[in-house]
Amino acid sequence: MMRRVALVAAPLALAALLAGAMVLTREPAPEPARAQVMRAGVYEPPRAAPGFILRGADGSEVRLADHRGKVVLLTFGFTHCAAVCPTTLSTLAQARGSIGEAADQVQVIFVTVDPGRDTPAQMEEYLAAFDTSFIGATGDPEELAQVRAAYGVTATKEGAGPHYAMAHTSSIFLIDPAGRLRAMMPFGHAAADFAHDVELLLEG
Amino acid sequence: MPRRPLLIALALLVAGGLGWATLAPVEAASREALFEIPPGTSARRLAGEQELLILPQTIRLGVNDVLALKNADHAPHVFGPTLIMPGQTFRLPFAQAATYSFLCSAHADGQLNVIVEPHPAPGWERFRWRWSSLTGTG
Repeated sequence: MMRRVALVAAPLALAALLAGAMVLTREPAPEPARAQVMRAGVYEPPRAAPGFILRGADGSEVRLADHRGKVVLLTFGFTHCAAVCPTTLSTLAQARGSIGEAADQVQVIFVTVDPGRDTPAQMEEYLAAFDTSFIGATGDPEELAQVRAAYGVTATKEGAGPHYAMAHTSSIFLIDPAGRLRAMMPFGHAAADFAHDVELLLEG
Repeated sequence: MPRRPLLIALALLVAGGLGWATLAPVEAASREALFEIPPGTSARRLAGEQELLILPQTIRLGVNDVLALKNADHAPHVFGPTLIMPGQTFRLPFAQAATYSFLCSAHADGQLNVIVEPHPAPGWERFRWRWSSLTGTG
Protein backbone atom coordinates (compact mmCIF):
# COMPACT_ATOMS: atom_id res chain seq x y z
CA MET A 1 0.00 0.00 0.00
CA MET A 2 2.75 2.35 1.05
CA ARG A 3 4.61 1.70 -2.17
CA ARG A 4 1.51 2.49 -4.25
CA VAL A 5 1.00 5.77 -2.47
CA ALA A 6 4.62 6.62 -2.98
CA LEU A 7 4.31 5.79 -6.66
CA VAL A 8 1.49 8.31 -6.97
CA ALA A 9 2.88 10.98 -4.68
CA ALA A 10 6.42 11.02 -6.03
CA PRO A 11 5.53 12.00 -9.63
CA LEU A 12 3.10 14.59 -8.32
CA ALA A 13 5.73 16.16 -6.12
CA LEU A 14 8.26 16.03 -8.93
CA ALA A 15 5.82 17.70 -11.30
CA ALA A 16 5.14 20.43 -8.74
CA LEU A 17 8.85 21.05 -8.28
CA LEU A 18 9.45 21.16 -12.03
CA ALA A 19 6.56 23.57 -12.53
CA GLY A 20 7.86 25.76 -9.73
CA ALA A 21 11.36 25.71 -11.17
CA MET A 22 10.08 26.63 -14.64
CA VAL A 23 8.14 29.55 -13.28
CA LEU A 24 11.00 30.74 -11.08
CA THR A 25 13.57 30.68 -13.85
CA ARG A 26 11.34 32.23 -16.48
CA GLU A 27 12.11 35.75 -17.61
CA PRO A 28 9.26 38.26 -17.53
CA ALA A 29 7.13 37.93 -20.65
CA PRO A 30 8.03 40.42 -23.41
CA GLU A 31 4.53 41.83 -23.35
CA PRO A 32 3.27 39.98 -26.44
CA ALA A 33 -0.29 41.14 -25.92
CA ARG A 34 0.82 44.75 -25.74
CA ALA A 35 3.10 44.70 -28.75
CA GLN A 36 0.51 46.37 -30.93
CA VAL A 37 -0.82 48.73 -28.29
CA MET A 38 0.10 52.37 -28.55
CA ARG A 39 2.28 53.83 -25.84
CA ALA A 40 0.50 57.16 -25.97
CA GLY A 41 -2.93 57.74 -24.50
CA VAL A 42 -5.52 56.93 -27.16
CA TYR A 43 -8.92 58.39 -27.94
CA GLU A 44 -11.71 55.96 -28.74
CA PRO A 45 -13.41 56.66 -30.98
CA PRO A 46 -11.03 59.18 -32.51
CA ARG A 47 -12.42 62.49 -33.73
CA ALA A 48 -11.27 64.63 -36.61
CA ALA A 49 -8.28 66.66 -35.47
CA PRO A 50 -9.39 70.30 -35.10
CA GLY A 51 -8.15 72.09 -38.20
CA PHE A 52 -6.26 75.36 -38.26
CA ILE A 53 -4.74 77.83 -40.67
CA LEU A 54 -1.79 79.66 -39.13
CA ARG A 55 1.26 81.49 -40.41
CA GLY A 56 4.54 79.77 -41.16
CA ALA A 57 8.10 80.96 -40.91
CA ASP A 58 8.26 82.00 -44.56
CA GLY A 59 4.98 83.85 -44.39
CA SER A 60 3.02 81.07 -46.04
CA GLU A 61 -0.02 79.43 -44.51
CA VAL A 62 0.34 76.41 -42.26
CA ARG A 63 -2.78 74.34 -42.75
CA LEU A 64 -3.20 71.12 -40.84
CA ALA A 65 -5.30 69.74 -43.68
CA ASP A 66 -2.34 70.03 -46.06
CA HIS A 67 -0.61 67.24 -44.19
CA ARG A 68 -3.17 64.52 -44.77
CA GLY A 69 -1.41 61.32 -45.66
CA LYS A 70 1.25 61.91 -43.03
CA VAL A 71 1.37 61.37 -39.32
CA VAL A 72 1.39 64.82 -37.72
CA LEU A 73 3.04 65.27 -34.34
CA LEU A 74 1.55 68.48 -33.02
CA THR A 75 3.18 70.26 -30.13
CA PHE A 76 2.76 73.63 -28.46
CA GLY A 77 5.58 75.69 -27.01
CA PHE A 78 7.82 78.74 -27.31
CA THR A 79 11.36 79.36 -28.41
CA HIS A 80 12.45 80.89 -25.08
CA CYS A 81 11.45 77.71 -23.27
CA ALA A 82 14.31 76.56 -21.10
CA ALA A 83 13.72 72.85 -20.78
CA VAL A 84 10.46 71.29 -21.90
CA CYS A 85 10.36 72.45 -25.53
CA PRO A 86 14.00 71.67 -26.32
CA THR A 87 13.57 68.24 -24.80
CA THR A 88 10.40 67.56 -26.74
CA LEU A 89 11.82 68.76 -30.06
CA SER A 90 15.02 66.85 -29.55
CA THR A 91 13.05 63.70 -28.77
CA LEU A 92 10.87 64.13 -31.85
CA ALA A 93 13.91 64.70 -34.05
CA GLN A 94 15.49 61.56 -32.64
CA ALA A 95 12.30 59.58 -33.22
CA ARG A 96 12.02 60.81 -36.78
CA GLY A 97 15.65 59.95 -37.40
CA SER A 98 15.14 56.40 -36.15
CA ILE A 99 12.43 55.26 -38.54
CA GLY A 100 14.30 55.40 -41.84
CA GLU A 101 12.35 56.26 -44.96
CA ALA A 102 9.12 56.48 -42.99
CA ALA A 103 10.41 59.80 -41.66
CA ASP A 104 9.15 61.40 -44.87
CA GLN A 105 5.65 60.50 -43.75
CA VAL A 106 5.97 62.30 -40.44
CA GLN A 107 5.44 66.02 -39.98
CA VAL A 108 6.18 67.84 -36.75
CA ILE A 109 4.26 71.09 -36.29
CA PHE A 110 5.25 73.40 -33.45
CA VAL A 111 2.58 75.97 -32.60
CA THR A 112 3.82 78.87 -30.55
CA VAL A 113 2.13 79.92 -27.34
CA ASP A 114 4.20 83.12 -27.31
CA PRO A 115 3.45 85.05 -30.50
CA GLY A 116 4.80 88.24 -28.96
CA ARG A 117 8.38 86.99 -29.05
CA ASP A 118 8.25 84.11 -31.51
CA THR A 119 8.62 85.77 -34.86
CA PRO A 120 8.44 83.49 -37.90
CA ALA A 121 12.14 83.98 -38.57
CA GLN A 122 13.09 83.17 -35.01
CA MET A 123 10.95 80.04 -35.02
CA GLU A 124 12.53 78.87 -38.26
CA GLU A 125 16.03 79.28 -36.90
CA TYR A 126 15.10 77.67 -33.60
CA LEU A 127 13.43 74.63 -35.14
CA ALA A 128 16.16 74.10 -37.73
CA ALA A 129 18.55 73.41 -34.89
CA PHE A 130 16.55 70.26 -34.18
CA ASP A 131 15.29 69.18 -37.60
CA THR A 132 14.95 71.25 -40.74
CA SER A 133 11.68 69.52 -41.62
CA PHE A 134 9.91 70.83 -38.53
CA ILE A 135 7.30 73.48 -39.22
CA GLY A 136 6.68 76.40 -36.91
CA ALA A 137 3.28 78.07 -36.80
CA THR A 138 2.21 81.38 -35.37
CA GLY A 139 -0.72 83.74 -35.70
CA ASP A 140 -2.78 86.31 -33.91
CA PRO A 141 -3.16 85.68 -30.19
CA GLU A 142 -6.88 85.05 -30.67
CA GLU A 143 -6.29 82.53 -33.45
CA LEU A 144 -3.70 80.70 -31.38
CA ALA A 145 -6.00 80.69 -28.36
CA GLN A 146 -8.72 79.07 -30.49
CA VAL A 147 -6.36 76.34 -31.62
CA ARG A 148 -5.26 75.68 -28.05
CA ALA A 149 -8.86 75.52 -26.85
CA ALA A 150 -9.74 73.02 -29.56
CA TYR A 151 -7.05 70.68 -28.27
CA GLY A 152 -7.53 71.38 -24.57
CA VAL A 153 -4.13 73.02 -24.35
CA THR A 154 -3.40 75.68 -21.77
CA ALA A 155 -0.77 78.43 -21.77
CA THR A 156 -0.23 80.99 -19.03
CA LYS A 157 2.24 83.83 -18.85
CA GLU A 158 4.47 83.70 -15.80
CA GLY A 159 6.55 86.65 -14.66
CA ALA A 160 6.85 90.14 -16.05
CA GLY A 161 9.32 92.12 -18.12
CA PRO A 162 11.18 90.81 -21.14
CA HIS A 163 12.20 87.56 -19.47
CA TYR A 164 8.77 86.15 -18.74
CA ALA A 165 8.05 82.46 -19.21
CA MET A 166 5.04 80.54 -20.47
CA ALA A 167 3.60 77.64 -18.50
CA HIS A 168 2.01 75.45 -21.13
CA THR A 169 0.76 72.01 -21.93
CA SER A 170 3.73 69.85 -22.76
CA SER A 171 2.03 66.86 -24.35
CA ILE A 172 2.29 65.94 -28.00
CA PHE A 173 -0.76 65.14 -30.11
CA LEU A 174 -0.62 62.33 -32.66
CA ILE A 175 -2.74 62.81 -35.77
CA ASP A 176 -3.05 59.91 -38.20
CA PRO A 177 -2.77 60.13 -42.00
CA ALA A 178 -6.56 60.37 -42.26
CA GLY A 179 -6.52 63.53 -40.15
CA ARG A 180 -7.92 61.96 -36.99
CA LEU A 181 -6.69 62.89 -33.55
CA ARG A 182 -5.68 59.44 -32.39
CA ALA A 183 -3.53 59.90 -29.34
CA MET A 184 -1.74 62.16 -26.90
CA MET A 185 1.76 61.43 -25.62
CA PRO A 186 2.51 63.00 -22.24
CA PHE A 187 5.82 64.77 -21.83
CA GLY A 188 8.74 62.59 -20.82
CA HIS A 189 8.41 59.67 -23.20
CA ALA A 190 11.44 58.39 -25.07
CA ALA A 191 12.00 58.72 -28.80
CA ALA A 192 11.45 54.97 -29.14
CA ASP A 193 7.89 55.37 -27.89
CA PHE A 194 7.15 57.98 -30.56
CA ALA A 195 8.76 55.84 -33.25
CA HIS A 196 6.69 52.86 -32.11
CA ASP A 197 3.42 54.75 -32.22
CA VAL A 198 4.18 56.55 -35.49
CA GLU A 199 4.82 53.21 -37.17
CA LEU A 200 1.53 51.88 -35.85
CA LEU A 201 -0.31 54.91 -37.20
CA LEU A 202 1.39 54.59 -40.59
CA GLU A 203 0.33 50.95 -40.74
CA GLY A 204 -3.24 52.11 -40.28
CA MET B 1 -2.39 3.69 6.74
CA PRO B 2 1.00 5.15 5.86
CA ARG B 3 0.66 8.87 5.49
CA ARG B 4 4.25 9.92 5.29
CA PRO B 5 4.60 10.00 1.48
CA LEU B 6 1.39 11.96 1.21
CA LEU B 7 2.55 14.47 3.78
CA ILE B 8 5.87 14.82 2.02
CA ALA B 9 4.14 15.39 -1.30
CA LEU B 10 1.81 17.93 0.30
CA ALA B 11 4.71 19.72 1.95
CA LEU B 12 6.54 19.88 -1.37
CA LEU B 13 3.46 21.26 -3.07
CA VAL B 14 3.01 23.93 -0.42
CA ALA B 15 6.70 24.81 -0.55
CA GLY B 16 6.56 25.05 -4.33
CA GLY B 17 3.48 27.26 -4.18
CA LEU B 18 5.01 29.55 -1.59
CA GLY B 19 8.22 29.73 -3.58
CA TRP B 20 6.34 30.71 -6.69
CA ALA B 21 4.18 33.28 -4.89
CA THR B 22 7.12 35.01 -3.26
CA LEU B 23 9.78 34.79 -5.95
CA ALA B 24 8.27 34.34 -9.42
CA PRO B 25 8.54 37.48 -11.56
CA VAL B 26 5.44 39.58 -11.88
CA GLU B 27 4.54 39.59 -15.54
CA ALA B 28 3.74 42.84 -17.27
CA ALA B 29 0.06 42.05 -17.35
CA SER B 30 -1.99 45.11 -18.06
CA ARG B 31 -5.11 45.88 -16.08
CA GLU B 32 -7.54 48.55 -17.10
CA ALA B 33 -9.06 50.85 -14.50
CA LEU B 34 -12.20 52.29 -16.07
CA PHE B 35 -13.87 55.40 -14.69
CA GLU B 36 -16.93 57.05 -16.16
CA ILE B 37 -17.86 60.70 -16.06
CA PRO B 38 -21.64 60.33 -15.87
CA PRO B 39 -24.22 62.32 -17.81
CA GLY B 40 -25.05 65.67 -16.24
CA THR B 41 -21.68 66.17 -14.53
CA SER B 42 -20.95 69.47 -16.23
CA ALA B 43 -24.49 70.78 -15.67
CA ARG B 44 -24.38 69.88 -11.99
CA ARG B 45 -21.03 71.57 -11.64
CA LEU B 46 -22.32 74.69 -13.38
CA ALA B 47 -25.30 74.65 -11.05
CA GLY B 48 -22.87 75.08 -8.18
CA GLU B 49 -22.70 71.53 -6.88
CA GLN B 50 -19.15 71.75 -5.60
CA GLU B 51 -19.15 68.53 -3.59
CA LEU B 52 -19.88 66.45 -6.64
CA LEU B 53 -17.59 63.43 -6.42
CA ILE B 54 -17.32 61.75 -9.80
CA LEU B 55 -13.88 60.21 -9.66
CA PRO B 56 -11.66 59.32 -6.74
CA GLN B 57 -9.22 62.07 -5.82
CA THR B 58 -6.42 59.56 -6.11
CA ILE B 59 -6.27 56.52 -8.34
CA ARG B 60 -3.71 53.81 -7.64
CA LEU B 61 -2.40 51.70 -10.50
CA GLY B 62 0.43 49.29 -11.17
CA VAL B 63 3.11 49.58 -13.81
CA ASN B 64 1.68 48.92 -17.31
CA ASP B 65 -1.87 49.43 -16.11
CA VAL B 66 -4.17 51.58 -18.20
CA LEU B 67 -6.34 54.37 -16.90
CA ALA B 68 -9.52 54.61 -18.96
CA LEU B 69 -11.75 57.66 -18.62
CA LYS B 70 -15.08 57.48 -20.39
CA ASN B 71 -16.93 60.72 -20.89
CA ALA B 72 -20.63 59.84 -20.76
CA ASP B 73 -21.49 63.48 -20.11
CA HIS B 74 -22.98 65.80 -22.72
CA ALA B 75 -20.08 68.27 -22.50
CA PRO B 76 -16.36 67.88 -23.15
CA HIS B 77 -14.15 67.32 -20.13
CA VAL B 78 -10.54 68.25 -19.61
CA PHE B 79 -8.26 65.52 -18.39
CA GLY B 80 -4.68 66.58 -18.00
CA PRO B 81 -3.61 68.18 -21.22
CA THR B 82 -6.44 67.00 -23.36
CA LEU B 83 -10.12 67.18 -24.07
CA ILE B 84 -12.28 64.11 -23.87
CA MET B 85 -15.31 64.68 -26.03
CA PRO B 86 -18.77 63.36 -25.14
CA GLY B 87 -18.91 59.65 -25.89
CA GLN B 88 -15.14 59.32 -26.06
CA THR B 89 -12.95 57.14 -23.91
CA PHE B 90 -9.35 58.13 -23.29
CA ARG B 91 -7.00 55.29 -22.42
CA LEU B 92 -3.66 56.24 -20.95
CA PRO B 93 -1.07 53.57 -20.18
CA PHE B 94 1.47 54.09 -17.41
CA ALA B 95 4.83 52.45 -17.99
CA GLN B 96 6.72 54.19 -15.16
CA ALA B 97 6.10 54.04 -11.45
CA ALA B 98 5.56 57.61 -10.24
CA THR B 99 2.96 60.00 -8.90
CA TYR B 100 1.17 61.97 -11.59
CA SER B 101 -1.06 65.01 -11.14
CA PHE B 102 -3.50 65.98 -13.84
CA LEU B 103 -5.91 68.81 -14.33
CA CYS B 104 -9.36 67.28 -14.37
CA SER B 105 -12.60 69.18 -14.84
CA ALA B 106 -14.59 66.33 -13.30
CA HIS B 107 -13.10 67.18 -9.91
CA ALA B 108 -14.25 70.01 -7.70
CA ASP B 109 -10.67 71.11 -7.09
CA GLY B 110 -9.76 70.47 -10.72
CA GLN B 111 -7.05 67.92 -10.00
CA LEU B 112 -6.68 64.17 -10.23
CA ASN B 113 -3.73 62.26 -8.81
CA VAL B 114 -2.58 58.94 -10.21
CA ILE B 115 -0.12 56.93 -8.19
CA VAL B 116 1.57 54.20 -10.20
CA GLU B 117 3.18 51.72 -7.87
CA PRO B 118 6.18 49.62 -8.89
CA HIS B 119 6.00 45.86 -9.19
CA PRO B 120 6.31 44.30 -5.75
CA ALA B 121 9.77 43.18 -4.66
CA PRO B 122 10.45 39.45 -4.25
CA GLY B 123 9.50 38.07 -0.87
CA TRP B 124 6.74 39.06 1.46
CA GLU B 125 5.72 42.08 -0.61
CA ARG B 126 5.25 40.00 -3.75
CA PHE B 127 3.41 37.31 -1.81
CA ARG B 128 1.06 39.90 -0.33
CA TRP B 129 0.48 41.44 -3.78
CA ARG B 130 -0.43 38.05 -5.22
CA TRP B 131 -2.69 37.29 -2.29
CA SER B 132 -4.54 40.58 -2.61
CA SER B 133 -4.85 40.08 -6.39
CA LEU B 134 -6.23 36.59 -5.78
CA THR B 135 -8.71 37.69 -3.16
CA GLY B 136 -9.63 40.91 -4.91
CA THR B 137 -8.54 43.07 -2.01
CA GLY B 138 -5.75 44.77 -3.92
